[in-house]
Amino acid sequence: MSDCEIVLHGESRSFPVRDGALAESRAGAPVLLHLGQVGEVAPEPRRAAVLIELDTECLSVHLGDYPGAERANTLGFARYRNGNDAPTNLVELVRPDGAEPEALAAARAFFESIGCQVAVCADRPGRIVDRLVRPKYNDALRFLDDGLATATAMDMTCRMGLGYPDGLIERTERGGLARHHEICAALQELTGNPAYAPARRAVVAMQRKARR
Amino acid sequence: MGAGIARVIARAGCETICHDVAPEGLARARAVTAKFFASSVKRGRMAEGEDAAALARMTDTTDLAALAEADLVIEAVFEDLAAKQELFGRLNTLCKPETLFASNTSTLSITEIASGCGREDRVVGMHFCLPAELMKLVEMSRGMNTATAAFDAAWAWVKGAGQVPVETQDRPGFILNAVLVPFNNDVIRAIEAGVAEPADIDLAVKAGLGYRMGPCELIDLIGLDTQVRLCEAFYPVTLNPRAAAPPLLRRMVAAGHLGRKAGRGFYDYREEAGA
Ligand SMILES: NC(=O)c1ccc[n+]([C@@H]2O[C@H](COP(=O)([O-])OP(=O)(O)OC[C@H]3O[C@@H](n4cnc5c(N)ncnc54)[C@H](O)[C@@H]3O)[C@@H](O)[C@H]2O)c1
Repeated sequence: MSDCEIVLHGESRSFPVRDGALAESRAGAPVLLHLGQVGEVAPEPRRAAVLIELDTECLSVHLGDYPGAERANTLGFARYRNGNDAPTNLVELVRPDGAEPEALAAARAFFESIGCQVAVCADRPGRIVDRLVRPKYNDALRFLDDGLATATAMDMTCRMGLGYPDGLIERTERGGLARHHEICAALQELTGNPAYAPARRAVVAMQRKARR
Repeated sequence: MGAGIARVIARAGCETICHDVAPEGLARARAVTAKFFASSVKRGRMAEGEDAAALARMTDTTDLAALAEADLVIEAVFEDLAAKQELFGRLNTLCKPETLFASNTSTLSITEIASGCGREDRVVGMHFCLPAELMKLVEMSRGMNTATAAFDAAWAWVKGAGQVPVETQDRPGFILNAVLVPFNNDVIRAIEAGVAEPADIDLAVKAGLGYRMGPCELIDLIGLDTQVRLCEAFYPVTLNPRAAAPPLLRRMVAAGHLGRKAGRGFYDYREEAGA
């Protein structure tokens, strides 16, 4: 079931290296994979599933809010990755309203066949992970500014008290404060929720990047 | 929670007096402690015979005056400011002047707990993680009137007991709960908004972030009623909307879906429990 056709739209964050099952693209395969910064895509109703890689945008940017029957096999996805860390095995699979269950099953089978774990979510800003972690990273950055504790103490608390593999500060900094800003700004625009307002340290990182 | 802390103290080689108003709680805790120490020996985490020795260092009492000669008193009574203030006030009249007071509070202010007890300079925050006998981290904080010498002595004691102290300011929830309470609420709101099912959220968090437990599993373990209580402690003092109890959380508590202990929360455990 890892048989797929790949259309590349520039560099893919989800699959920066295409090896194993993704090494080959076969024209007309049941699964059509759009990788990279995908723009407008034509409907392909005869495929088992059409999968569009997403960054911070909602799938409806590509499909509209009412995709119609000919796009009922089209879903979005992103493989989770903290900044430029190697991509994890997590694929967030975005199911728009009205998606065919068969397309969802085909998409899940495809990603599982290439060794990924699939979490299904609705087409909402930040999907699951960024929706939940970005406010937390902002909290941690603000706590640091407010002198609640040192970065070391905060990171140690996360690792030893909460069972996280790394601390919130080290993780956010490793993922890049400018990238954190970029994601937060997108989520804030989409949701209007002040929890996504980038913390000062992220704004400064963005401003410094702009000066360079 | 208090029983777990007592295990840490006794294991560290200190004479340990366990005080509770409820004798049946003390008896229950003692039985669990004996089992825990025995299994520590079996797993090679404690030397042969050290289990009996540690247990022998522990005495139980319902008489507060038994704490008069203690070097350190760690309170872990239920999370209520007036109860903790009253307890420290009474202890102040009973204990020798050098006795340090520590509070295991999760959400209350150390400065407020110490306020009016009569030895505000010798009160520190000492927040253990549950289960204390397995988790090394201890969040420590100073109240506004805590003397440096008292804080340093408490810090050294925690380290000497084999725990890992981290210092935080005396702010609501210190680090751990300040991070966790709003995050857990965000998870509940995402479920309520139909973003994803609990199992998908847990999978995403574990596979994507490498957390040991998914947030829904964790909330089920903490108890949804406890999460409501944490929100009620946090929201009024922080006015952070993310700390306010989400409507779904309140509905689940009203429906009795309190988590693991009730057989159902975000997950159904009834089959697992053989019901
Ligand atoms: N449960 C947790 O996950 C956790 C984690 C960290 C810190 N804490 C903190 O630990 C404290 C206790 O929490 P808990 O969950 O163990 O509460 P609990 O209600 O389960 O236990 C409190 C114990 O204190 C006893 N008690 C009540 N009044 C007393 C008094 N005046 N003198 C002596 N004993 C008295 C009760 O009989 C009971 O055994 C709270 O401050 C809580 O915030 C709890």
